[in-house]
Amino acid sequence: MEALALRAPTAAPVAGRFGRHGGRYVPEPLIPACAEVEAAFTEAWADPGFRGELARLLSRYAGRPTPLTSASRLSAELGVTVLLKREDLAHTGSHKINNVLGQALLARRMGKRRLIAETGAGMHGVATATAGALLGLPVTVFMGERDVERQAHNVFRMRLLGAQVVPVRSGSRTLKDATSEAMRHWVGVTEDAYYCVGSVIGPHPYPWMVRELQAVIGQEARHQCAEQLSTGTPDQVVACVGGGSNAAGTFAGFVDTPARLVGVEAAGGASAARGEVGVLHGFQSLFLQDEQGQIREAHSVAAGLDYPGVGPEHAHLRDLGRAEYVTASDEEALAAAVRLARAEGIVPAIESAHALAWVVRAAGTAELPTGGSVLVTLSGRGDKDIPTLMTYLNDEETR
Amino acid sequence: MTILETRLRLRRDSGRKLLMPYLTGGVTPDWTDHLRALADAGADAIEVGIPFSDPTLDGVTIQEASDVALARGATTAGILADLSRSRIEVPVVVSTYANLALRGGADRFCRALAEAGVRGLIVPDLPLEEAGSTGAAARAANVDLALLASPATPPRRLREIAERSRGFVYAVSLMGITGEREHLATSAAGLARRLRGVTDRPVFLGFGISTPAQAAAAARDADGVIVGAALMRRLLDGADPAATAGFVRSLRAALDGVPAAAPADAGG
Repeated sequence: MEALALRAPTAAPVAGRFGRHGGRYVPEPLIPACAEVEAAFTEAWADPGFRGELARLLSRYAGRPTPLTSASRLSAELGVTVLLKREDLAHTGSHKINNVLGQALLARRMGKRRLIAETGAGMHGVATATAGALLGLPVTVFMGERDVERQAHNVFRMRLLGAQVVPVRSGSRTLKDATSEAMRHWVGVTEDAYYCVGSVIGPHPYPWMVRELQAVIGQEARHQCAEQLSTGTPDQVVACVGGGSNAAGTFAGFVDTPARLVGVEAAGGASAARGEVGVLHGFQSLFLQDEQGQIREAHSVAAGLDYPGVGPEHAHLRDLGRAEYVTASDEEALAAAVRLARAEGIVPAIESAHALAWVVRAAGTAELPTGGSVLVTLSGRGDKDIPTLMTYLNDEETR
Repeated sequence: MTILETRLRLRRDSGRKLLMPYLTGGVTPDWTDHLRALADAGADAIEVGIPFSDPTLDGVTIQEASDVALARGATTAGILADLSRSRIEVPVVVSTYANLALRGGADRFCRALAEAGVRGLIVPDLPLEEAGSTGAAARAANVDLALLASPATPPRRLREIAERSRGFVYAVSLMGITGEREHLATSAAGLARRLRGVTDRPVFLGFGISTPAQAAAAARDADGVIVGAALMRRLLDGADPAATAGFVRSLRAALDGVPAAAPADAGG
């Protein structure tokens, strides 16, 4: 099989800025490490050897390209053409592997001897543990204690893959605190360890680098839509947004088309939709915060969306009016997950079900008129969410 | 030259080793009693932290102190009002994270500091590249924005940090977060010497300086030391102002036993 062709590199944003957002708000001890990652990725990303090796891994190891599935029964029910970009079928069960394979190859190229990562739902942790096993790099994953409890399945997968999982007991004990703890750990080990950030967040170059590595989603989807849709491009492109990496990768393929771009956040973590400008975890963007500037805790049934901020490029796309950010509730997301399971035989991650939930709500309204077409990125599969879905379904059936 | 830097230089040039204890604002109902006690116990300046929900450069002790203060309802305005009322003679340097400094605009924040009598500001997540507008706002308000330097900072950048820092330079003694350590980091002396080779601004070593002996060792190469977690741990364990003052006096005594730097280093 032909090696996968990656999208041509897009230049780094100047000073890591997406409009007024982004930047590199890290303490001085981390500045040389960020500069080292930036220089290494800039060079690697322009190197056909590096790109070729990543493309080979993505196709022969991770199973790319992922299919574009026409959800025909759901489309008939909703009166709109729904196409699903199947990141749930990528190795490890989510889009996270696209980013991690790129960063793990980079870490090896930089001569780093181990990987550290933060994780929310555990999908990024599992992907990092996987890449670490593949490349022979030890992995330490920081995970909020609350997420360790509710994502036991993924915690075990990480251990199975040989990674060490460190439960984080500070703050809200979720993704925000796992990210803080990973940064604290990184300061002390920059010589040796590579920090593999899981979303389009963090100090420059991470938001740019992770979007570049995830752009393969949008690039594939664009070509697949051109083949499968009579109109060539979908009317709307929808993806769920926590930090926003699957959405950033999807939008990258359509930002220069007429398609409407819609990011769907958890109602309890709606930083792009309702946040205010602030600085956390090394970047300026939109954050949930109080009048003082203390960060508010996000709340979502989907651990991967339980983050009080959003990647700086999303904040910029919102400023420009190029993308819109909406929300779906826990209840809507759980109902959409069950609906997709029964209409199409696909159990999505609850994170991804937020994108579907908005499509279900909007279909047939002015937001998403009957007869239109919509691409939904299914960022991951729902195996990790079986206990949550079981509780939900049991409650539904006894109600 | 500003009041803070002038004062620190004069003391340094008189042969004194400088001591800047750290206290989390609002951590106890009587926190300004601790402040006064530290001032009377021989502090040359006091760093007052405005607590942030997500202190990414702080270890467990200052995380806990921040959580305790926030749970008590500590706010920027409340801490500054307490400082205004406390009227201590020793200069106060506020430290906080960028999100709190920028929330209502850096201009407004720096004016509020000045109105409360604060002389200096430390914002660890505003490195050189991101400190421009806050630095300008601080200058306009006559507040010194002190920048951090680290053992990993390359030479040219170190010189630029020393040039653009105001009041003093905060030398982060080790590659890590705040918190007590068994030993003074081996990277501390080298960083202090490198800084003193490029600037005559006062150089303070901080992070991990936990005991009088460590303070004295650090002050052999630096103009002064900042002691945070070791003090805050005592306070969180229930130390009253007399006890925190006792700890600061022990640091003071150790520093007073350190010989002064050669006069060539102490020009100004």
